[in-house]
Amino acid sequence: MLELKSLDAGYGSFQALFGVDLDVKAGEAVGVIGPNGAGKTTLMRVISGLIRPTRGTIGMEGVDVVATPAHLIVGLGIAHVPENRRLFPRLTVEDNLKMGAYMPKARAKYAERLEFVFDLFPRMKERRNQMAGTLSGGEQQMCAIGRALMSDPKLLLLDEPSAGLAPVVVQQVFELVRRIRSGGLTVLIVEQNVQQVLKVVDRAYLLEAGTIRASGSAAEMLESDTVKQAYLGV
Amino acid sequence: MNARLAWPIAAVALVALPFVYRDPYHLHIFVLILIWSFAYTSWSMMGRFGLVSLGHGGFMGVGAYVTALLWNHLGVSPWIGIPIALVCAGGLALIVAYPCFRFRITGHYFALVTLALSGIVLQVITATRDYTGGSLGYTPERTKGNNILALQFEDKTVWYLIALAVWAAGLVIWYWVDRSMSRYAMEAISEDEDAAAAAGVDVTAEKLKITVISAAMTALAGALYCQYQMFISPDTVSGISVSLQMVFAVVVGGIYVALGPTVGAVITLLLAESLRIFFGTKAVGWDNLVYGVLLVLFIIFLPKGILGSLMDRLKSGGARPVAARKPA
Amino acid sequence: MQSFLEAFDIFLLEAVLNGILLGGLLALLALGLNLIFGVIDVTWICYAELVMIGMYGMYFLVQYYGLSYWVAAPAAIVLVALLGALLHWLVIEPLLSAAPINQLLATGGVLFVLQSFATVAFGIDFRNLGIRLPVLSFADMHLSYSRLLAFAAALVGMIVVYLFMTRTYTGTAIRAIAQDRQIMALMGVDTKRIYLVTSALGGALAGLAACLLVLQYDVHPFVGLSFGPITFLICVLGGLGNFVGGFVAAFLFAEIISLGGLFSDLEWGYVLAFAFFIVMMFVRPAGLLARRS
Repeated sequence: MLELKSLDAGYGSFQALFGVDLDVKAGEAVGVIGPNGAGKTTLMRVISGLIRPTRGTIGMEGVDVVATPAHLIVGLGIAHVPENRRLFPRLTVEDNLKMGAYMPKARAKYAERLEFVFDLFPRMKERRNQMAGTLSGGEQQMCAIGRALMSDPKLLLLDEPSAGLAPVVVQQVFELVRRIRSGGLTVLIVEQNVQQVLKVVDRAYLLEAGTIRASGSAAEMLESDTVKQAYLGV
Repeated sequence: MNARLAWPIAAVALVALPFVYRDPYHLHIFVLILIWSFAYTSWSMMGRFGLVSLGHGGFMGVGAYVTALLWNHLGVSPWIGIPIALVCAGGLALIVAYPCFRFRITGHYFALVTLALSGIVLQVITATRDYTGGSLGYTPERTKGNNILALQFEDKTVWYLIALAVWAAGLVIWYWVDRSMSRYAMEAISEDEDAAAAAGVDVTAEKLKITVISAAMTALAGALYCQYQMFISPDTVSGISVSLQMVFAVVVGGIYVALGPTVGAVITLLLAESLRIFFGTKAVGWDNLVYGVLLVLFIIFLPKGILGSLMDRLKSGGARPVAARKPA
Repeated sequence: MQSFLEAFDIFLLEAVLNGILLGGLLALLALGLNLIFGVIDVTWICYAELVMIGMYGMYFLVQYYGLSYWVAAPAAIVLVALLGALLHWLVIEPLLSAAPINQLLATGGVLFVLQSFATVAFGIDFRNLGIRLPVLSFADMHLSYSRLLAFAAALVGMIVVYLFMTRTYTGTAIRAIAQDRQIMALMGVDTKRIYLVTSALGGALAGLAACLLVLQYDVHPFVGLSFGPITFLICVLGGLGNFVGGFVAAFLFAEIISLGGLFSDLEWGYVLAFAFFIVMMFVRPAGLLARRS
């Protein structure tokens, strides 16, 4: 479904990604793990078009993502839940969700998608008229994921969904990811919480200093010595 | 020629100029350029630290009108009237700037508040038309011939020398601020107010100091303009357009260089004057129209000002020709 | 003594009512400027001059082409809306990443251009529509229909904008973009297009204000200078980009101008308003509606 080939990207003269190859097949959940500053967020931003690669290709179901204007990439079926959630704090929950359905294609299905999201997150229905900035951290994460789901995506990009949340809430968020997965949605998730993320994904990549150091199934990664020593603290 | 010699020679040449070259029209242009250069330098005292004031038209108006009104209505000599006018302008600056600085009104907000100030000064001058002549303008009462007490001189040479002295004084103040501790404080403030405050800089006081100096200097420029032209109107010495004219000239010349405002004054005044002559008196407004269009184009295509852009070009140009010429 | 007090009260009431009517108009002006600032983070110094062009548009459509007021008004609104979009496209767009001082100056340059364009094209004569609406008199008070109409139309205009901003996708995007412009592409929003739409909307509001102002005031190339500064003050006092704050501030200012004008010239009303503004900055420095921290 998604295929990245020898991707270089960065900010100005600072290069953050070096020749990254990565692929996600339909129906899969794939994790990208690695330390702070490894380029995980850059990777997500390149896929959704917020920054452009300096080299390499990105294909989404055969369509050249790099050549697609940034605001049309969501129309290819890629929805990005950005780092720190980035809700519109002074819009209501419902307006935030509405923004997720901004594309003409999604507008037509607005009522249906809204019901879907409210079924998934009943809490959001209760708080639909509340300003998003006043939600708790976990609720904000729900709202951000809900906003992304409003566009009826094929691929969901999740950037550090557990960051800044209380441990109990982190559990809930991963439970949510599992539920979303079971609906058949393809998920690419970036996480620092390695232990948790390896429980919900099928495969994972280890990204360090902008290059892929290792990859394999979740079970393999859990057993891998590099991962164990560096990230699981075993 | 080394720099130590260049300054005295330039100074002597500037002082000697009116004795050698006596064309009255050109001398008139010189005087205007010097007075406006001084006004623009006053603005840049604030502008270089990121305090974008659009209220300087107001300060200039206060300087000009207070001086003229005191002379006409109370017979107060400009020698006393000008200091009073400066105090008034400084006071006005304090009243407006204190709450702005105290409550961290910066950027767009500060620009808009000061913009409104110059608009209001214009309104007041227009509203008090019984005293100020309103939008028709105002003339200080004439005395006969050269009168030192009334600060009125028929000889343009005298005015040239006065304007030259004031302009030079403006540059001295500029350098004085540049060398003082205030400069470092102000630069720190323009970078990051909180950090500057944490480092022990009294942000409000430093900003007020520079603002009051700048406002008083601008008022002096207004008073000089009034005494020289012997006619002032709200449009020529106050209001939003005069404020914008100042900012524009400084940006054209370069904000961060001492002579930048002077270069800006030379360029903008010569441009305005040649447009005025080119279009003549029949085509009212055309000169301003072209001026405005040039201004917008200039900002879009040469955002760093003429001096700044030239310097950039020289820097990159210095390296490039070597590489470019090799193949040929 | 008794009769004096009565007369005074009537005049006072009349001034208060006129202030409310003026407030609607000022709120409309502030809304357009606030919208541009809140969304694009640019201040159109030439905002009042757009209104001036709209007033000339009305003058020519009505006086020269003989259109009725009701046909001319939508045309003038569209004209100024296009002008707003053009201003964004030609001047603001190339300067979006430039220093704020350059953006201010560029719109200041446009102010020069519009003023001198009007001088060149229309001359410096004062012109008016030649429409004189009757004056409503009751209980010894005189309220002009043109002010009532302006007030009503300004309110309707603001309600339409409110509905647009809250009910449509584009309106929601306009509010969202002011809060986080970087991620708008993730929503599928073309930022450039939203900016253009916002600029056109800001222009349309200036156009509507022009249609209403031209009923009460003569138009001349420098007419913008008489209500531009007060609009800026309202926006700052209300908090730039804060629509509700701007609305409240507009009515406060209008009352001060109206009550100040009761005792002397209108210009002194402006001076009073400015003095009030300075005082308010001490009381509520972050804008009218900001909570004190």
